[in-house]
Amino acid sequence: MTEPKSSARDRLAITLPLALLIVLALVPLLAHYLPGERYVIGLFARVMIFAIAAISLDLILGYGGLVSFGHAAFLGLGAYAVGILAAHGITDAAVVLPAALAAAALFALATGAIAMRTRGVYFIMITLAFGQMAYYTATSLSQYGGDDGLRLAARSAVLGLPLLADPRGFYYAVLVVLAVVYLFCRRVVASRFGRVLRAARENPVRTETMGYNIHAFRLTAYVISGCICAIAGFLLANQNSFVSPAYMSWQRSGELIVMVILGGMGSLHGAVLGSLVYLLLEELLSGFTEHWKVIFGPLLVLVVLFARGGLMGLFGGGRRG
Amino acid sequence: MAEPILRLESLRKNFGGLRVTDGVSLEIQLGEVHAIIGPNGAGKTTLLNEISGLVPVDAGHIRFEAKDITRTPAHRRARLGIARSFQITSIIPGFSVQENVTLAVQARMGSSFRFLWPAARERRLEEAAEDALEQVGLSVRARQPAGTLSHGEKRSLELAIALALQPKLLLLDEPMAGTGRGEGEQLIETLRTLKGRFTFLLVEHDMRAVFALADRITVLVYGRVIAAGTPGEIRANAEVRNAYLGEEAA
Repeated sequence: MTEPKSSARDRLAITLPLALLIVLALVPLLAHYLPGERYVIGLFARVMIFAIAAISLDLILGYGGLVSFGHAAFLGLGAYAVGILAAHGITDAAVVLPAALAAAALFALATGAIAMRTRGVYFIMITLAFGQMAYYTATSLSQYGGDDGLRLAARSAVLGLPLLADPRGFYYAVLVVLAVVYLFCRRVVASRFGRVLRAARENPVRTETMGYNIHAFRLTAYVISGCICAIAGFLLANQNSFVSPAYMSWQRSGELIVMVILGGMGSLHGAVLGSLVYLLLEELLSGFTEHWKVIFGPLLVLVVLFARGGLMGLFGGGRRG
Repeated sequence: MAEPILRLESLRKNFGGLRVTDGVSLEIQLGEVHAIIGPNGAGKTTLLNEISGLVPVDAGHIRFEAKDITRTPAHRRARLGIARSFQITSIIPGFSVQENVTLAVQARMGSSFRFLWPAARERRLEEAAEDALEQVGLSVRARQPAGTLSHGEKRSLELAIALALQPKLLLLDEPMAGTGRGEGEQLIETLRTLKGRFTFLLVEHDMRAVFALADRITVLVYGRVIAAGTPGEIRANAEVRNAYLGEEAA
């Protein structure tokens, strides 16, 4: 009796990401006919970068049940890999990106190993604490700008080529990364690994007594998630040609959670939809008033109250509860 | 006698001031159905939790196939071959019936640290899961979300999960709890067909099931073993009658 509903959900899992992809691919072409072409392209590149970060969070939040309130730390790690290496004259993505991934993986392993010992609200608190540690460490890096952050002379090169320098080139590079990250995560959640991760979210004791070391699965997911978020950080630093501790603030971590919940967690494309809606609303509302959060807050409350499962829930495709 | 598959040696466990396991020693032979009975609060479920590794013991030893597993974590004990079902139905409600069982099959077939291959396309896993569902008569429900099953069907699903793990020792915590009369008879029948192929440790209040299935019975009262023996011996034991069976068995 639940067959039709789940097949509607399956169909949505194909049509929605495809529609989002097409729209995002067309943005630079359409922007050509709009005033402020560079601004529109920049805005949507930012949307996609945050979509990558939100997908990474959805992987552990929606599928793993781990509410990480320090995810912006990974965004910052990716960004600081760009900034710090650039300060030493290293600006090629072939070096910078692996460095960003390695830093994120190490940070995720170290903090995750400790955080995984806790559950629920304690997990939230401990990831927040680690996020804040990363934030204050960044502010104290006086040789790399400290509080003020540091400006990049140029965007990263890709194997010596200035592929990211042009706004359109950068835009399409981000789009490709987003598509690859999305497809990668799709495969991961449907794999054996993803199955165990999903099971452990719903019933950890049952999963454990089947013979799964659920800590190992969660920690692995946390590392994967952190690495993906660091890629978003790498892109964000390049987009803004600027790196600052603000990338790691706890408000930023909160925004990522809001994006995932707004779009609908546990679907991956919900995270993309969430960051799209969040950032466009922010842009739109902040045009009316600087107190735009006074309007945005109640909107969010309405979504949580009436669209369980986020915006995806409105389409009948979100996960309940 | 052969080396028992499971041997408990003077297990002790206190919850605060309460002695829930008070020097329990017990042996289970390969292939037998061993039932643990006793009044509510006797510490039966706690004992199963201690054996499966969910509750650490304060003192004593647990040996499985002669190996000391007293401090072994729960997931590793499951890998060694100790599977269990739960008194309060414990399944993955958001998974389909089939995927619940496939998850169990996956636990014993190869590594689960595979990230990119779609698990739903692994025929080997699906077929083994279908077999287990067949054994408990749940094949027709395979595609349904597990959360939508009736209570009795969920009990059967739990059994299918346990069977799919192909354990050496199966701990069943009140499999009959909450089942209707017809469902209960069916479950006893299913368990009877499995007898001899698995070793069971069965905690059960339903005396029909206990006396129909058990080769040996241990009686637990306030965390202590007050009697152990064959069903006939237990039925004849005066102390057990007083403490527990009462007029029910008289």
